[in-house]
Amino acid sequence: MTTIEMKPPVLAVGPLAWLRKNLFSTWYNAALTLLAIWLLYALFKPALEWATTEARWGVIEANLTLFMIGLYPREQIGRVWLTIFLLSALIGLSWGVWKNAARGFALMALGAGAAFILIALYFQWNVWDEWLLAVGILLLFYVIGLYLPRGNLIATLAWFLYFPFVFLLIAGTKYIATLPPVASNLWGGLLLTLLLTIVGNFGALPLGILLALGRRSKLPIIRYFSIGYIELIRGVPLVTILYMAAILLPLFLPIDVRPEQVIRAMIGFILFEAAYQAENVRGGLQAIDRGQYEAAHALGLSGTQTMLFIILPQALRAVVPALFNSFISLFKDTSLVAIIGLFDVVRIARTILAQPDWLGTHREVFLFAFFIYWGFNLAFTYGSRRVEQALGVGTR
Amino acid sequence: MSEHKNPEEIIICRDVHKWFGDFHVLKGINLSVEKGEVVVIFGPSGSGKSTFIRCINRLEQHQKGQIIVDGLELGNDIRNVEKIRQEVGMVFQQFNLFPHLTVIQNITLAPAWVRRTPKEQSRELAMQLLNRVGIPEQADKYPAQLSGGQQQRVAIARALAMQPRIMLFDEPTSALDPEMIKEVLDVMIELAKSGMTIVAVTHEMGFARAVANRMIFFDKGEIVEQGTPEQIFNKPQNDRTKLFLSQILHH
Repeated sequence: MTTIEMKPPVLAVGPLAWLRKNLFSTWYNAALTLLAIWLLYALFKPALEWATTEARWGVIEANLTLFMIGLYPREQIGRVWLTIFLLSALIGLSWGVWKNAARGFALMALGAGAAFILIALYFQWNVWDEWLLAVGILLLFYVIGLYLPRGNLIATLAWFLYFPFVFLLIAGTKYIATLPPVASNLWGGLLLTLLLTIVGNFGALPLGILLALGRRSKLPIIRYFSIGYIELIRGVPLVTILYMAAILLPLFLPIDVRPEQVIRAMIGFILFEAAYQAENVRGGLQAIDRGQYEAAHALGLSGTQTMLFIILPQALRAVVPALFNSFISLFKDTSLVAIIGLFDVVRIARTILAQPDWLGTHREVFLFAFFIYWGFNLAFTYGSRRVEQALGVGTR
Repeated sequence: MSEHKNPEEIIICRDVHKWFGDFHVLKGINLSVEKGEVVVIFGPSGSGKSTFIRCINRLEQHQKGQIIVDGLELGNDIRNVEKIRQEVGMVFQQFNLFPHLTVIQNITLAPAWVRRTPKEQSRELAMQLLNRVGIPEQADKYPAQLSGGQQQRVAIARALAMQPRIMLFDEPTSALDPEMIKEVLDVMIELAKSGMTIVAVTHEMGFARAVANRMIFFDKGEIVEQGTPEQIFNKPQNDRTKLFLSQILHH
């Protein structure tokens, strides 16, 4: 018997076919398309004209360093570069070790690095070689990651060590001569925004997991404490929590412990974000079938082992999109720290407007701040979607 | 039945009662299982047979009576419960494999963390077990990549990896497509012939006829009748047993 081989029918998918199918299928569809194109043109024409003729983009160029690191001492800027190089190494390493899961972030980082090199070369800024080095480090560590034995463990550990190390690098310490302390009221700009985001999120996740588990605990004290905490925090706006952290926190601490304003803000973010992450994680826990607990118990695993090896890995994987969503939320929420006197991207933008040379450059400055946030979130969204695909979230 | 002390009795149940709310699921079950015995429990759905077998490793708690497994009484002492669970393997209707772990990780997890077996040793044992259930080539796949029959065989290997003294089967073939039932039953038959103590809730009468030492008919939370497969199939005494057998044998 002969079997007939059938290939799937070929669908026309060229750009022209796409245009015809989606934009010009009927006469009124075509009319609507043309109308929409004209509307877009009419809307953006003045903006484009302004951006290419009137706008004084010099304000950005003159204040770029301020935007990036605030008042961080310029002679210590090497420390900031070092954190970027280390991050490049880590991203490269993760790409080599985890392949698909980290590829989205790695490609975004490479793209950003290449763009920065070109921009710097075009404007003849002297930072193009630093970015070239960062890209080189990323690629080098990608190759290392490909061949590293026990790469999984090493990469995980390296990420865990990275954040405290960055904190040490930026803050400095009086015990190491080459890393003199830098007062945290000098941290600013994108550096501060990112530090707050990262510390807030990575501090909140473990706390959130504990709260989510606490909320399902059989012990009433733990359960009611968790419920009370989550509902209290979720019931008030972030601004009030930041005020509380800035003003009230010192009252609860011993008289000689006076954390700096940045640390207070970080604690505020962690406490705030933990309540939301707890609810995300709880959603994941509820999605786990009862049979998983039963199978684990039937094998003799203890309650803690069941949680650590069976339930939590599945629960967290199920809520990866929600966790990333909270990450992005917090990134944008950091702009609220301006009200307790910290110099994040938005506050820096406002101080630039007060410079006598650049009066009246609101549009340029805020447009730039807008693109900083938007660019980061775009890259992050792309990277996280690739992580979700690699983990198979939503495909089972 | 179990009045006389027999050192070979590995499971002893005395007057076991259980309620779900007001619903009396188990109404005084008395049953002893000897070492190496193969016991098949059958009966209509809702008769309490699954609940009973789940009481033996305390996935359900009985509320009255006594259950003694391998010399340890099941009670509120969590250490006793964990000890007993290490000696009692269980296979579920829905397989309940861990979907985020590969086949080999599913099998080696419990030996590594509960028995503290060294890694190479538990891996070697896992490969032996996969050979025994006939799917060594699937070791590094994830459960979702396997057929139902293969998944259930992995579940059996996972339970055996703890080297249990007793195996419980809770309707192991009910969720399987017909063509996969045999591959699972073959593994169970081989296991029964190797001398393992088995308590199985199943309606696979071919399995019962081939290897069961005793068959127990459950209805409405009680043991209605028990005997050898010979007695049960050829001359059942109770009308309810006769009716049920006629329903499942002539479909």
